[in-house]
Amino acid sequence: MSGLWIDLWIILILVAGIAQFRTPRAARRGNLTAAAALLCAVIAVLYRHGVLEPPLVVLVALVGSCLGGWVATRVNMIQIPAMVAFQHGAGGVAAFLVSFVELTRNSAEALSLPAEVAALLGLVIGAATFSGSVIASAKLANRLRQTPTRLPYHNGLLLANLAVLIVLGVWAGVTVSGGVVLGTSLALIVGAAVLGVIFAVRIGGADMPVLISFLNATAGLAAAFCGIAIGSRLLIACGATVAASGSILTHVMCRAMNRGLMGVFAGLRPHHPFAAAPLASAAAIGPAAAGSPAPVAVPCLPADTTPEARALPEAPPADPSARAANLLRTARSVIIIPGYGMALAEASEEVVQLGEQLTALNKEVLFAVHPVAGRMPGHMHVLLAEAEVDYGKLRELKDVNGQFARTDVALVVGACDVVNPAAIEASDTPISGMPILRADEARHVIVCNLDERPGYSGVPNPLYHNPKTILLLGDAQTTIGELRQRLEDQTRGATGASEPAAPPLARELVENPASKYNTAR
Amino acid sequence: MFDVFLMVVIFVLAFVVGYALIVRVPQMLHTPLMSMTNAISAVTILGAILLFAVPTTSTEKVLGAIAIVTAMFNVVGGFVITDRMLGMFKKKDAAA
Repeated sequence: MSGLWIDLWIILILVAGIAQFRTPRAARRGNLTAAAALLCAVIAVLYRHGVLEPPLVVLVALVGSCLGGWVATRVNMIQIPAMVAFQHGAGGVAAFLVSFVELTRNSAEALSLPAEVAALLGLVIGAATFSGSVIASAKLANRLRQTPTRLPYHNGLLLANLAVLIVLGVWAGVTVSGGVVLGTSLALIVGAAVLGVIFAVRIGGADMPVLISFLNATAGLAAAFCGIAIGSRLLIACGATVAASGSILTHVMCRAMNRGLMGVFAGLRPHHPFAAAPLASAAAIGPAAAGSPAPVAVPCLPADTTPEARALPEAPPADPSARAANLLRTARSVIIIPGYGMALAEASEEVVQLGEQLTALNKEVLFAVHPVAGRMPGHMHVLLAEAEVDYGKLRELKDVNGQFARTDVALVVGACDVVNPAAIEASDTPISGMPILRADEARHVIVCNLDERPGYSGVPNPLYHNPKTILLLGDAQTTIGELRQRLEDQTRGATGASEPAAPPLARELVENPASKYNTAR
Repeated sequence: MFDVFLMVVIFVLAFVVGYALIVRVPQMLHTPLMSMTNAISAVTILGAILLFAVPTTSTEKVLGAIAIVTAMFNVVGGFVITDRMLGMFKKKDAAA
């Protein structure tokens, strides 16, 4: 009975660790607490059962630790999703190997039926998690094509594979003799691995956060079943906690994209049935643009009369980059909206420093981060943290959306779908109903994207053609660097003295956005 | 049978408690959270160690060794990277 109490204490320590995930500083303590709990668990198991070959166990444990530690200290934050996906896979391997040995070893006492069922489940889920994670990791590391790969009769294959697994599993459960179980177990592992591959290849791009969260949950589930198979309460409790965490993150990601879980996994995605949408919506973007004329000759600032516009010292220069810098200089409040494009352009540091520069000029600066910005839940926060942002300035969607209407400038860097007003105004697009950051409600918008192509969803973004938007196309690192330079020059008093020629990359959509748009896609 | 019942109870309890705690984790910490739970899911290391608690054949030894390597990779890698990540979060005014 004392064993039960020790297990409970270890689980409590673990829970205490997780409970500290409220602020980054406490979370760091929580992480160490959880690590300590796991260490206690290992010690408890070693103490209780002993190991017959300590040197071998210690040696392989050291090899694994060194590999893990070595990789973990070397990856940078943009590689984190690939690394985490790969680790899900490693967890899957451990789970199915343990289940496999447990099922096939000829130990004196046979497994009870529940234990056998759990071992079979641990085997299948572990193997599928492994292969699915390898695919996910390869996609995230750009070793595989990121876009979804569709096999012929994809759903049929998936279902057939599942049916085979169920039949095999039931058969393995019914038969008892050792030899048969060995064969079926091997077949189950292969079948589950194939299932993981078929399942994961079709998920890509913006759906990756869902996949990686789901694999987190299945890795936990595999561990929990493994625990039932070997009768370890610690394993069950830890596995169940992880499964809960993965389920929550999966749900959060789906909700943030307004996608059903089955929609993501069954490959349901409307095939952009809205060729006409951009033209219509370009003229009817939002309340702000409703009354203004069609955006043909680009006005430097929306012709009207915000105090900021009047406060400009002189006629604003025509060059969009200079105008953007002007706008930033005169703004009182700026909300920066970073997207994955910013990370790809390696512009995070420039963006964070632009934020600092603006803060130093006594402007209110916030970073608005959409839940699906990045390639896994919370990825963008970590990327910004790596660029040494002040995390007190990071805001979540629900907290920041009310503030856009009171904000002078929304600066979008490398984001598209998450600020696409079509999600609200159109009803027949893949992103309709998806919660977005309301950059379109800000008084002015600056968009620094590589090009004007739509984001992953394929839905064109009418925000680009809003008259209050300044579009700075090109590599974000260059664009933002230039904005910073101009801002510095201007605040030093050299305002508009001699504007250099427009840089090759930063250009603005001037004439007839509609037709240009159509050729772009 | 009591054992199975107890195990199911533990599973459900852990799931519920985990759910209640994790649902309140701010979005900002979701990546470290996943990375840490990922390390926790490698508690299968316990199972892998237990494989060595009874006499094993050489095949089982190899499989058990692989399980220990992957699980330890997962545990150590997961906790180290979570720590690194969380160490990057800085707050300007908190320093004062």
